[in-house]
Amino acid sequence: MKPIVIAKNLTKSYTKGIRALDNVSLTVNQGKVLVVMGPSGSGKSTLIRTFNGLETFDQGEIDILGIKLDCNHNERKIQRIRKRVGMVFQQFNLFPHLSILENITLAPVNVQKRHRSEAEEYGMYLLGQMGIDSHAKKYPSQLSGGEQQRVAIARALALKPELLLFDEPTSALDPERINEVLDAMRRLAKQGMTMIVVTHEIGFAKDVSDQVLFMDSGKVIETSTPDLFFSNAKHDRSRKFLNQLDKN
Amino acid sequence: MKKRRAIFYQCGICIFVISVIGILINNLTINLIRTDLGFNFSWLFKPASFALAEHPLPYSSSDSYAWALFIGWLNSLKVIISALLLATFLGTLVGFARTGKNSLLGLISAGYITIIRQTPLLLQLMFWYFIGFLGLKENIFIHIKNIFKISNQGIEFYGLTLSSEFSALLFGLGVFTSAYIAEVIRGGILSVPRGQWEAFRSLGLSEQKGLFSIIIPQALPAIIPGLTSQYLNLAKNSTLAIAVGYSDIYAINDTIINQTGRAIECFIILLTSFLLLNLLISNSMEIINKIIIKSRKYN
Ligand SMILES: Nc1ncnc2c1ncn2[C@@H]1O[C@H](COP(=O)(O)OP(=O)(O)O)[C@@H](O)[C@H]1O
Ligand SMILES: [Mg+2]
Repeated sequence: MKPIVIAKNLTKSYTKGIRALDNVSLTVNQGKVLVVMGPSGSGKSTLIRTFNGLETFDQGEIDILGIKLDCNHNERKIQRIRKRVGMVFQQFNLFPHLSILENITLAPVNVQKRHRSEAEEYGMYLLGQMGIDSHAKKYPSQLSGGEQQRVAIARALALKPELLLFDEPTSALDPERINEVLDAMRRLAKQGMTMIVVTHEIGFAKDVSDQVLFMDSGKVIETSTPDLFFSNAKHDRSRKFLNQLDKN
Repeated sequence: MKKRRAIFYQCGICIFVISVIGILINNLTINLIRTDLGFNFSWLFKPASFALAEHPLPYSSSDSYAWALFIGWLNSLKVIISALLLATFLGTLVGFARTGKNSLLGLISAGYITIIRQTPLLLQLMFWYFIGFLGLKENIFIHIKNIFKISNQGIEFYGLTLSSEFSALLFGLGVFTSAYIAEVIRGGILSVPRGQWEAFRSLGLSEQKGLFSIIIPQALPAIIPGLTSQYLNLAKNSTLAIAVGYSDIYAINDTIINQTGRAIECFIILLTSFLLLNLLISNSMEIINKIIIKSRKYN
C-alpha cells in the first residue's frame, strides 16, 4: 500500500483564535477514494486546498507523492506538486475566453511543454471519455453546468495526475445534472484513480469511497468505512449531520 | 402638483442657461468692438516673428502664425504620445506589483500611488524640471559610453536628444498619470473572479503565464474605459507645459495672444485643437476596444 497523501497535525487559522483546521491528520493510499463530509464552514475546502498549495497552514506537515510541505510554503515544491495533482472546483472555474479544447490543452502545452497536436489528441480522447467531444470547439458559456464540470474534470486529467481533488463538484449543479458528473467520477475511481472528494452525495460515498472523514469546526470528528459511518456513526455530531442531510 | 413643480424648475433652468449664454455673447461683442480688431483669422498668415526652441518640422521666425500653431500642436502631440506610453508602461508595472503576491513590492507600489496622487501635478512638474533636470551638474550626470546621457541639457539617447523641458514634462505627466493607470489596472485585475486564479495555479501555470493568458484577457473590458479617461486627462494636463517653458499648443497660443491681442480667435483655435486631439485619442481607444470585443468569441 503506497501512501499518496500523509497529513500530520495540520493547523490553520485565518483569523486569530478561530481554527479553520485543528490538528488534522489523515492518510490516503494509492487507488483509494476518501470522501470528506461536514457542515458548512467546518474546514473541508481549507483542508483539500492545502494539498495543492492553494492554502498555507500554520503547523504540521504534508507528504504528497513523496514531496514534503511544511508551514514555510516552499513555492518550488508546490509547483512540483501541482504538476502531479489535479483539482476540480464547485464553480467549475473554466477559462471563459478559451474554447473547451484550449481549456484542456493549456497546461499540457505550457507546463509540460508537450506538442500542441499531441496535447489536442489526448484532450479529444479525454473529452470522449467524458462524453462531450462534440463540444470541443465551443466556449464554456455555451455548455450546461454538468457539461462544464465534465470539461473541468477532463482539464484536471490532462496533466495525467496521480491524485485528484474534488471540492463539492456537484453542489452548483441542477439536480438532474448531478449524476452525469458523479458517473464520470465513478468511472475514474474504477480505473484506479486516487481521489479526495468533498461531497454530500451519500449514494456516491457509499458506492465509491474506501473511507469517510467527518469534520466539524476544523477538527476530524471521525474516520470510518462508509458502511460503518452511514449505518452506525460513532459520534453524536456525525449522526446529527446525517439526519440533517436526510431531511433535505 | 409634482409635475407642475418639475415644469417650473425646468423653465427656471432654461431661463438661466439662456441668460448666461446671452451675457457671454454680449461680452464678446463688446470686447471685439473695444479692441477694434473685429473677428477674423487673416492674421494667421502674417509672420510670427518669434523663435521656437523646439520644432519637429523646420520653423523660423519668418514663418506664419498658422505654421507656429501647427508646430505647437505637433509638440503637444509629441509629448502627449510619449508620456502616454511611459505612463502606460509604468502604470502597468506598478498595477501588477500592487496586485501581485510579493508583499514588499505591493507596499512600495501602494506608497508610490499614494504620494503621487496626493500632490499637485504642477508641483511635480516643477520638481522634475528644477530638481530632476536643471538641478543636475553642468556637465554630465549619467553617462553610459556614448549611448545614454542625462544632464541639465536633457536626455541624449543614441543621438536622439530630448530637451530638459520636454524631459521634465514627459516624466511629470508620465509618472503622474501612471499612478492613476496603476489603479485602473488593479481594478481590472480585481474584477476577475478569484476562481480563475485558483484554476490556473492548480494547473501548475506560473504566475506570469496565468496573469497574461488568463487574467489580463478577462480584465481588459474593465480596463479600457478607465485607461481612455486617463489618456484624455493626460492630454488636457499637457497644457501645464507652459510652467516649464515647453512650446506646446497652449504656450504658443499664449504668446500669440500677447502679440496680437487675438484672444477670442486663439481660444477658438485652442479649443478646436484639443477637441481634435481628444477625439483622436478616444477614437483610437474605441477602435482598440472593438478589436478586443471582436476577437473575443464568448459572451
Ligand atoms: N479566505 C478566508 N479568509 C478568512 N476566513 C476564511 C477564508 N476561507 C475560509 N475561512 C473560514 O474558515 C472556516 C472554514 O472554511 P472552509 O474551509 O471554506 O469550510 P467548508 O469548505 O467546510 O465550508 C470558516 O469559518 C470560514 O469562514
Ligand atoms: Mg467549502
